[in-house]
Amino acid sequence: MRILVCVKRVPAPGSRISITADGLAVDTAFLGFTTSPHEECAVEAAVQLVEAHGGSATVLTLGPAEAEEQLRYAASVGVSNAVLLATDGADWDPQRTAAAITAAITAIEDRDGVFDLILFGNESADSGGFQVGVRVARHLDRPIVNGIKGISIADGIATLERPTDAGQEVYELTMPAVAGVKEGINLPRYPTLKGRLASKKVQIAIIEPSAKPGGQVLVRLEPPAELTTSTTMLGNGPDAAAAVVDLLEELGVLR
Amino acid sequence: MSEVTSSASDFPTTAFPTTAKVVIVGAGIVGNCLVGHLARLGWTDMVLIDKGPLPNPGGSTGHASNFIFPTDHNKEMAAITLESQRQYVELGMNNTCGGIEVARTPERMEEFNRRMTSAKAWGIEASLLTPTEIKEMVPFINEKILLGGYYTASVSVVDSLQTGTLLRQEAIDKGVLQVFATTEVMDLETTDGAISAVVTNKGRIEAEYVVIACGVWSPRIAAMAGATIPLTPAVHQMADVGPIDILQQSGKELAYPIIRDMDTFCYERQSAGSMEVGSYAHRPIFMHPDDIPSIEASALTPTELPFTPDDFDQQFEEAIDLMEMLGDAEIKYAINGLLSLTPDANPVLGETIEVKNLWSAAAVWIKEGPGCAQLVAEWMTYGYPQMCDPHGSDIARFYPHERTEEHILARCAEHFNKTYGIVHPREQWASRRGMRRSPFFAREEALGAVFFDARGWERPQWFTSNEVLFEKYPQADTPRPAEWDGRWWSPITNAEHLAMRDSVGVVDLTAFNEFDFTGPGAMAHLQHICVNNVDVAPGKSIYTPLLTPAGGFRGDLTIQRLAPDHYRVITGAFDGGRDNYWFTRDLPADGSVTFTDMSQSLCTIGVWGPNAVATLAKITTVNGKPADLSQVGSPYGSVIDALIDGVPVTMFRISYVGENGWEIYTRVEHGLHLWDSVFEAGAEFGIIPVGIGVYAVTGRIEKGYRLMGAELESEYNPVEAGLARPKVKSADFIGKAAYLAARDEPLAATMCTLSITDHTSAAGIPRYPVGGNEPIVTLDGERIVDRKGRVSRVTTAGAGPSLGKFLLLAYLPPEHAVEANKLAIMYMNELFPVTVERVGSKALFDPEDARMKS
Repeated sequence: MRILVCVKRVPAPGSRISITADGLAVDTAFLGFTTSPHEECAVEAAVQLVEAHGGSATVLTLGPAEAEEQLRYAASVGVSNAVLLATDGADWDPQRTAAAITAAITAIEDRDGVFDLILFGNESADSGGFQVGVRVARHLDRPIVNGIKGISIADGIATLERPTDAGQEVYELTMPAVAGVKEGINLPRYPTLKGRLASKKVQIAIIEPSAKPGGQVLVRLEPPAELTTSTTMLGNGPDAAAAVVDLLEELGVLR
Repeated sequence: MSEVTSSASDFPTTAFPTTAKVVIVGAGIVGNCLVGHLARLGWTDMVLIDKGPLPNPGGSTGHASNFIFPTDHNKEMAAITLESQRQYVELGMNNTCGGIEVARTPERMEEFNRRMTSAKAWGIEASLLTPTEIKEMVPFINEKILLGGYYTASVSVVDSLQTGTLLRQEAIDKGVLQVFATTEVMDLETTDGAISAVVTNKGRIEAEYVVIACGVWSPRIAAMAGATIPLTPAVHQMADVGPIDILQQSGKELAYPIIRDMDTFCYERQSAGSMEVGSYAHRPIFMHPDDIPSIEASALTPTELPFTPDDFDQQFEEAIDLMEMLGDAEIKYAINGLLSLTPDANPVLGETIEVKNLWSAAAVWIKEGPGCAQLVAEWMTYGYPQMCDPHGSDIARFYPHERTEEHILARCAEHFNKTYGIVHPREQWASRRGMRRSPFFAREEALGAVFFDARGWERPQWFTSNEVLFEKYPQADTPRPAEWDGRWWSPITNAEHLAMRDSVGVVDLTAFNEFDFTGPGAMAHLQHICVNNVDVAPGKSIYTPLLTPAGGFRGDLTIQRLAPDHYRVITGAFDGGRDNYWFTRDLPADGSVTFTDMSQSLCTIGVWGPNAVATLAKITTVNGKPADLSQVGSPYGSVIDALIDGVPVTMFRISYVGENGWEIYTRVEHGLHLWDSVFEAGAEFGIIPVGIGVYAVTGRIEKGYRLMGAELESEYNPVEAGLARPKVKSADFIGKAAYLAARDEPLAATMCTLSITDHTSAAGIPRYPVGGNEPIVTLDGERIVDRKGRVSRVTTAGAGPSLGKFLLLAYLPPEHAVEANKLAIMYMNELFPVTVERVGSKALFDPEDARMKS
């Protein structure tokens, strides 16, 4: 069983996200970075599948040199191989990203064999394009289903589950296949101290991607209008009762 | 532990106040405890604000590991920590679990002996453990890599947030405090050099007092008023790892002692089913207060910054070496937590020197929070703390160059990794050296001076060129075979001492501070501050203590009266900042006194010894005639203007080493010429340069001279120090009432000089205490505590080369303060016999002061 997980390095902001003066990026001066939550679950799913079926898991990212941190994090929880498609740090558009990842996968598979399953997060936490996984699957001419919250494998078939408002959809994909995993599929483990130390020893294969830009261009980031709330004290203790009743009547809770 | 929920008064329905007696900024451990203590001391009309929410506004208190190891070599910090722990106990917020500091190296085992000694001094129960004994208490530890442990049963974990909440609530319940969360300070307003208002995002409050208790943000807030609080936010890495079976099975928050892995600068502290691993081993990581993210922009809180695992990996490895089970534990939570560091690792407490009534209560750790808060509350209430002498924490201690970012960052970078280090009492700084150099520096360097740092000044401690003196004084060459005893020390000091007492030596005293007070109000101003009468004739001088309002020592110095309306205060390098503040805070507003800090303009040498006068007489003139430098012509204490080889100087006949001679002051630009002239004149007498080792230790201790910050602290009064004069001046002065009362009450303790009568340790090696608060105990090893609760301990230790004895200064209660009484000193956890040589201030060497007044 050979599994590939594609992840993206994204900022870990607080409740308010600051944007740089030129409006083209999130201000990350004092922010930490993380892996998109859907992708953390994809990593965990890959590790669990390898634990259950044997084989190996590989993590791949396209991003700046610092994205090594996210690769090592995946390694610290059990992924054994890591690939960095090193960019100059600028955020690549989805077409370009997908082309680069496709090229890398093709090269790796030509050398080491086909990945039975390629996992993406459903979407990245920062740009949220929902595109890269689908584009890569399309380029590779492999089936993909997004929104996956359950994966099982048997006899060359990946069985993928997707909850919908109407019920549970179940897909059986002949491998090699691709899945877009959603948070909630599992509870990702934390790295152990030994895992963290072992991750330092994992060799990271660095590939310089050369895909051409696609059609999507970032014009400007704008923060959404902030939701403001205000608190009105209705009173203290029993004295507040009348005001509470008035308010509940006004809201239609009491009639 | 009881829970206190937020009461309605946390969220007042009343309008935001427009005035208050005092506004306290910051609701962490310090601000909360401070309002509680101020309320207890009778303060009313207080407002506490914080920009974060309550009960955890997001500062360092919220993520602290909250444990207390009470042993500290520093008296002030030990006192504040023990008082803090007592208050946590009183509030039911102290969870005692015990703690073991473990050693991986022989040096650390020796340090544990030193810790046993400090524990004895402060009355802390402690014991040494073998690796097997450690294993019995902590079954999951790898005792095979350990040499031993230092166990303190009273080590505890406290609930700092709840403690703060309780003390805050106490003030609320008294009706003297309003609290406003999510209230950010936008500006501080001053009027005529005093704080006048706090501008917040909710409104403006006019206030008589403002206290900055903002932890890592304190410098930023202080700057709004033009004040400085010298600290930097710094990262302390911490990871919570688990679950761990054996810890979960304990079913307790704290079933095992906290482990401090001293040689790797790490700790392991149980937190229910997981272990908190913290480190002071990583590279120093600093942040500017302005760069700390806002609450909204923080992933966790502003002081829980993203963990940088690369900095922690080595500590993880070492932690697994110590506790193998940690290897399989998951890293559930890990932060780069921000805490406050200061250039000398002590808190920053007291009124800012720049703005009246603007106070700092910053750079305080959880272990010392309630105590620091009480200390500041007392300071604000009584004009000086009563809990203990605060000179190590006093914000006024910093000189201008020590308030710069360059200095703060360099020194903090240097001492951060010494948080768990083995720091010698004489340890020298490596960074920020050469900041202040006397004009004699080049000559001293050529003479092989070994420079020590004296608050930025480079001062020769001894001169390697004087090694040749061993030929003449072979008895001076007494090596100290224990490396610790001889560290930052040289027997050359003994030789310099003997040579000076035989002929003449020159000491560089440029690190002195000189404060000039001129004008018609100068005398009255100084009379109010000084114990002794400053109304002496021009050309005379005054030695005087300065007292706190409660009658303890606040300062100790000399003053020259240069003219009827011109006084010059002389004080040492280590108290210059504090004395400057004390003398200038309440200068008359009418302009009748002008203050000028001459410290940067003047340089000073001391020329002392039996041939000092003969040396100087060759080259000194007054009014064109040879100066009369004799005791008859210029009696002890005289101040004269003269020319030395044509250089205008002020000469002051005084001595801190017990020899005839003069302190000579001149302008910095004349310094080098003065030095060369004196050495040329003294050549025929074999004049030598003499280091501060003689000035501050050997020469001083033979004469029993007391030093501010060592023998003289606010816990002691002049009567106990043996410095009370027969009469008290009629003029009023700070602390007079308390001083008069002290003169009438039976003595609780007296400053004594002792000698060690046998230096031989159990290992057969002679040992020489370094003077780091070693307790003086009975022959049975019992602590000696006077009726005011003060422990007898060594305040200064050093050789007395002219007496052939190793001397100690210590306060003893009357039953022990008896000459020839036999006691013991505990040093490195061993007892050495001592004899009380002298009770009171009479010198052991030349007790009638015949040499100085010859």
